[in-house]
Amino acid sequence: MSVLYLIIPITLVMATIAVVAYYWAVSTGQMDDLDSPPNRMMTDDDDA
Amino acid sequence: MKQDCKEKRDTCCCTTAAGSHRTEPEEKLLNDSPFTPDHGDRDAGKFSFLDHPDFSVARCAPAGDAIMSTEFYLEGVHCTSCVPSIESLPKLLQGVVDARLDFAKSLLRIAWDTNVIRLSEIASKLDMLGYTPHAVHNHDARELYTQENRKLLLRIGVAGALAGNTMLLAIALYAGAYSGIEARFENLFRWISLVLGWISLMWPGRSFLLGAITAIRTRTPHMDLPIAIGLVAGMAAGTIHTIFQSGDVYFDSLTVLIFMLLIGRWTQFRQQRKTKDAIELLFSLTPACCRLVENQDIRVIPIESLNSGDCIEILAGDSVPADAAVVFGQSEVDESLLTGESRPRRIDVGDEVCAGSVNLASSVRCRVHATGSDTRVGKLMKVVEACTKQKAPFVQFADRIAGKFTVTIMFMAVLTFLFWSYTDLNQATTNAVALLIVACPCALGLATPLALAVAIGRAARRHILIKGGGALEQMAKPGMIYLDKTGTLTVGNIRLMQWEGSDDVKAVVAAVEAQSGHSIARAFAHAFSDLQTGQAEQVEQHAEGGITGIVGDHQIAIGSPRFLSNRNFALPSWVSRNVDRYTAQCLTPVLIAVDGKIEATAGLGDPIRDDAVAALASLRRAGWQLEILSGDHIDVVRRVATQVGIDPAMAQGGLTPEQKMRIVTERCGKHTVVMVGDGSNDAAALAAATVGIAVHGGAEASLAAADVYIGQAGLAPIVDLIVGARRTVTTIRRNLLVSFGYNATAICLAATGIITPLIAAVLMPFSSFTVLTLSIGAQTFAKPVR
Repeated sequence: MSVLYLIIPITLVMATIAVVAYYWAVSTGQMDDLDSPPNRMMTDDDDA
Repeated sequence: MKQDCKEKRDTCCCTTAAGSHRTEPEEKLLNDSPFTPDHGDRDAGKFSFLDHPDFSVARCAPAGDAIMSTEFYLEGVHCTSCVPSIESLPKLLQGVVDARLDFAKSLLRIAWDTNVIRLSEIASKLDMLGYTPHAVHNHDARELYTQENRKLLLRIGVAGALAGNTMLLAIALYAGAYSGIEARFENLFRWISLVLGWISLMWPGRSFLLGAITAIRTRTPHMDLPIAIGLVAGMAAGTIHTIFQSGDVYFDSLTVLIFMLLIGRWTQFRQQRKTKDAIELLFSLTPACCRLVENQDIRVIPIESLNSGDCIEILAGDSVPADAAVVFGQSEVDESLLTGESRPRRIDVGDEVCAGSVNLASSVRCRVHATGSDTRVGKLMKVVEACTKQKAPFVQFADRIAGKFTVTIMFMAVLTFLFWSYTDLNQATTNAVALLIVACPCALGLATPLALAVAIGRAARRHILIKGGGALEQMAKPGMIYLDKTGTLTVGNIRLMQWEGSDDVKAVVAAVEAQSGHSIARAFAHAFSDLQTGQAEQVEQHAEGGITGIVGDHQIAIGSPRFLSNRNFALPSWVSRNVDRYTAQCLTPVLIAVDGKIEATAGLGDPIRDDAVAALASLRRAGWQLEILSGDHIDVVRRVATQVGIDPAMAQGGLTPEQKMRIVTERCGKHTVVMVGDGSNDAAALAAATVGIAVHGGAEASLAAADVYIGQAGLAPIVDLIVGARRTVTTIRRNLLVSFGYNATAICLAATGIITPLIAAVLMPFSSFTVLTLSIGAQTFAKPVR
């Protein structure tokens, strides 16, 4: 069961990455408005 | 691309004010370059104040090289298909760099290149598309809110991640306790939990510790206090037990507790903020510009750059931007905003007009002598602000019991310690600490925020915007309701109430009055809107209170009895009898003459709202005492009181805004005082009352002062509000009782020494879940009827 010494740190690192990603998402304002972006998605890119 | 945009627009289901003329200017604008002057001159004129340097300094922010950005509150955003249609603005107008619409708030953030396009052109384009833009006033407040919201979300995220990982480790530990676990792994898991637990307490959980310290320092009971005691006791005990490798650890329960409490608080914060935002954005609908007369030229400038001594022009239908004296022209002003008087006042050269009143009849020129906060309205708003600040903060029921709760659990802990210390000192410490941890009021801390958030959200769906939970708790117990008259009990607009004359006359009246913006003309137009009317010619509005015109081959004169008798019309006896009757009923008499002979009489007045009688009756049944406070003449007020079923002795008239506020303040000490009003003549009273309710269609000043804004015409929502408030408080009480039951059970288990971390870990989420279900399931505000 010594593998626990390896996988627990790995899970913690993964959790940290998730938290950092969440931090980035919140601080760039992606959680500020949850109503408009779903509609924006429907009609984009007519330059393409 | 052109085709594409048009198609997109056609699919928009919105039928806003401009829905009908949307496609035609659309075509034209698509073909125009932004600098084509033909549309710029006339339409941009309305918005030209946006290009004034003062506006840029006050409301715009630089966003790069020659790029500026600002925010507009848009009227007419109704459905989600407006989002792509508005956001295609950069494609329609060269120079618009970015356009982002916050659909929930109808807030457009726009960035543009100042070298290519002027802001006024963007605004007039939006106006043509049917989305009238309004400059937003309170940018800083919302910026602060966004920061606060992000901070809370971040804390929740971190707390959630820590709680999740600690729980995973706890499951291993619980399983190990039953089926055996190697000591070195148990030790490892405990140490990792310890680290995660302390991060959770010191980062997301810090707000509870700080709250508890403030509560102790200011000696005001707060829910944070018992929560912090539990958290600190749990962390300390867990740390000692981990270091000495004996005893229980509670890290999983504590991290989940922090996570859940943060979610509860954020929900309440977000819901309150949502309604506050909705109210504050309504402010933006007030005019932000005025017409400055300068060497025969008229320029539109922002109100901020108006100085005393300036000469301004006020068009018919516009509101007066500053305190001023008339220097040219005659008109009538509606001062109901200031005085509550529903009848218009005649103004002539030399007369004073106050900011906030509305010019009704014809355009006048005035010399400004006070602007902004120096005007009478401005001074009143300062009083309102002071009142709002002075109001003692309302301590929520849950916080009030938190004080007693803290004392009780401390007492219980000491008792437990003393009881067990006879047998075993070690066991005594363990049990006392366990009691402090399980007594931590998780569900108790969730109960109030959740119930309030749900109630405020449901109310908002019924167009009742509640700024804070305090208002709901305070309205649960009946007290005193003061009602304003004009605009609250009555419609607030003059309507045709009595008519004597043939139907043929109605048509010619409608034809003449259709060409005037006077309030009396609007009343006729409203009453005869379904009649076939001819075309009136040579319509002339006279400042002495009348209007003349020609319909077909008939000469028409409509006006007050004085206006007609001044023009040598004979007043037959039936006419004078009607005039006397209308005057006795507090109606404004209007006479109609066709070809020199009086053919019809009309009585106009401000009718009582349809649902007023029923609404007031249900309020009285609920145990509320009703009184009327009005600025209008006492006779009119008494008459309205009788009609809505209030004792005329309980009606006070002729009050100034200051007197209204004094009456409300005097009563506030003794009862719950609810003030229901619509305008700045009662804004101070709204702010002074325990709970101020602003009704639909009121002045913007009432939005700032009131705790509740009713976004729906009529008085019935007030009844909904009172009923909803009572149900909300019942829900809160029930939640508190349930969570208190759980805590009591846990305390008993801890005191008798049979609690284990596993029981605590199961009990805590279970109690929170019960509270959650009860809050969401509670029928606080019924679903809107459609």
